[in-house]
Amino acid sequence: MRSPSTVRLPILVLLLGPALILFTAFVVVPVFQAAVFSLYRWNGLGPMVDFKGWNNFVLLFNNPVFAKALGNNLIVVVVSLIIELPLALVVSLVLAKSEFKLAVLFRTFFFLPYVLSEVITGVLWQFIYHPQFGLVKATYEAVLPGVQPPALLGTPDTVLGAILVVVIWKYFGFHMSILIAGLQDIPAEVQEAARIDGASDGQTLRSIVLPLLKPTILISVFFSVVGSFQLFDVVWAMGKGDPVNAGETMVTFLYKFGIQRLNIGFGGAVAVTIFAICLVFSLVYSWYTAREERK
Amino acid sequence: MKFSRSRFALTAILFTLAAALASAQSPVKVSFWNIGTAATDKAYYQSVVDAYQKLHPNVTIESTILENEAFKSKLTSVMQSGTPPDVFQSWGGGTLAEYAKAGLLKDITKDVSGTAWGNSMAPGVWQVYQYQGKQYGAPFDMGAITFWYNKDLLAKVGYKTFPSTWADFLTLVKKLKAAGITPIALGGGDKWPAMHMWTYLAARLGGKPAFDQLFSGSGAGFNDPVFVKAGQMLADLAALKPFQDGFLGATFPDEAALVGNGKAAMELMGQWAPNVEKDSAADKMGLGDKLGTAAFPSIAGGKGKLTDVIGGGNGMAVGKNAPPEAVDFLRFLTNKENNAAYASIAGIIPTVKGAETGLKDPNSKMVKAVVDKAGFYQLYLDQFFPPAVGGAVNDAVQTILAGTATPAQAMAAMQSAYDMNK
Repeated sequence: MRSPSTVRLPILVLLLGPALILFTAFVVVPVFQAAVFSLYRWNGLGPMVDFKGWNNFVLLFNNPVFAKALGNNLIVVVVSLIIELPLALVVSLVLAKSEFKLAVLFRTFFFLPYVLSEVITGVLWQFIYHPQFGLVKATYEAVLPGVQPPALLGTPDTVLGAILVVVIWKYFGFHMSILIAGLQDIPAEVQEAARIDGASDGQTLRSIVLPLLKPTILISVFFSVVGSFQLFDVVWAMGKGDPVNAGETMVTFLYKFGIQRLNIGFGGAVAVTIFAICLVFSLVYSWYTAREERK
Repeated sequence: MKFSRSRFALTAILFTLAAALASAQSPVKVSFWNIGTAATDKAYYQSVVDAYQKLHPNVTIESTILENEAFKSKLTSVMQSGTPPDVFQSWGGGTLAEYAKAGLLKDITKDVSGTAWGNSMAPGVWQVYQYQGKQYGAPFDMGAITFWYNKDLLAKVGYKTFPSTWADFLTLVKKLKAAGITPIALGGGDKWPAMHMWTYLAARLGGKPAFDQLFSGSGAGFNDPVFVKAGQMLADLAALKPFQDGFLGATFPDEAALVGNGKAAMELMGQWAPNVEKDSAADKMGLGDKLGTAAFPSIAGGKGKLTDVIGGGNGMAVGKNAPPEAVDFLRFLTNKENNAAYASIAGIIPTVKGAETGLKDPNSKMVKAVVDKAGFYQLYLDQFFPPAVGGAVNDAVQTILAGTATPAQAMAAMQSAYDMNK
């Protein structure tokens, strides 16, 4: 005659315990640590003694390079939302059709870049863009002989664009896969019924498929935005956000100015700021999606 | 009975411990971190470790070999956790000072000062591994930044020797450019290769007094006309477009490959240039005896001398928890025989007096001569300063080359980083 709660407790501890311990040790504790660091001027060596209050945040918000990095992150978000996701949607609509024989082959093909590690992707594209022996240069020589190709990663005006191409190339396959899964969840009967009722393909898409796919699209948007704010490895491998900080993102800024240059306190302020941005976005977005679902 | 038995056990343990402590032959472990990833360096370090262990069977040297950039990030994290390796690669200067300030290094002054070890190297080279007059490490390689040039390509435009004045140097650049040859290879994306060019211009313009003023921290600092003018001269050089296409995104290995493959006429680089050129060249041969080296040209009206040197090199620092054996191992690593042996295989510029007999390559001998003749020897500026200032100096030089800041703005950026780090 044991009460349900006493039965549940050991199971709860068993199932949640390990994850909770790891999450606390490697996520929750560091978040608070970074918040403490951010109030000190500290190089990470020895004890923290130089308390500075909000000074690191004042320095950060007056730092033109951080403003540039934040702007770049916003550009990545916008480009992901207006180019990457629509592209993924179109491709997924084609490849989700079972009558398309080569669909599996193409799905694998488009998904492959996502499987590659970020650093390998960065190094690979650095070769492609290389102004002396890269694929871009070779293409120029074949198509437009005599024309000097631009050094995409060595020119402040083009470096962000060059990074965006890689970001889209690498991540659109991931979103395509999520959307295909979502599309396959839509019962074929619904679309069949629409067709029998005389709906055109366009009408079916607009009034049946897209509304039913909406929850999946909302997940994709979430990953895309949060991923854009955390963009680091690919950018770092393709020239560390330089020249002249033109390709800097908030996390490359954090690594360069906080960790590499031994300003752990300042780095803490950057980390807290990135965390706050992601947290606010997540909260607003969950509230929004919850409201949408209730409709 | 139980009580007395446990007391007996305790006594036995204490006795064993005391015996272990008393014995000079008790086993000792020394952790040793180096960046010798190239085959020659790896073999050299292994042979030194083997030789030392043979002489001292009770000592085990535990080597960790890391690639340069990986080493820097891994070292940063062990330093922040307060557990430095016993003997580890260090470039001295500002980073060493930060570690010393935090009490992470072992003061080895008494092992060096006035001893045979101390007298085996010049006081100037020891200084690179000092902080507030105390010794925290030992150098084994101390060279100079010089121009490394392709003799054949210079001969093509009528230059048998490297220009000794800046005006003549600019003429050479224009002639090479006109002949369709990339005059200078520059790893502008890595920033520090360009920083050396600006520092040398400042050294030739202002000499030692300019740097004394900068380090005093009381005057105009980086805003001094000498440094602004050096920035302007760098901007004027960049206006001639002497560097390869896309140099702002290029790495140092890219730079070395261009010279090593004979695609660019020269680079301004340290003593390791020939080795890296060889390694980065398509044929793994490099330029061989077609490669020449020369001091940075002098500037008309400048206060600096042709013998003033910007340089630096490699050495080892000692961690705070290092046993005496670690210091002894470092002494062994930097003895004449080992220093000469390293010089003969890896193109380092030996620091130990008499070890120059190991130098085989004429260019390395030339660098050694430049170092020995140095009137004023300045450590690489980005290493000399703490990382926050050094990084800002590198950033600012890049903005001059990219044309996104005027020389005066770039100097103001360096000065503000300097002031913030005070």
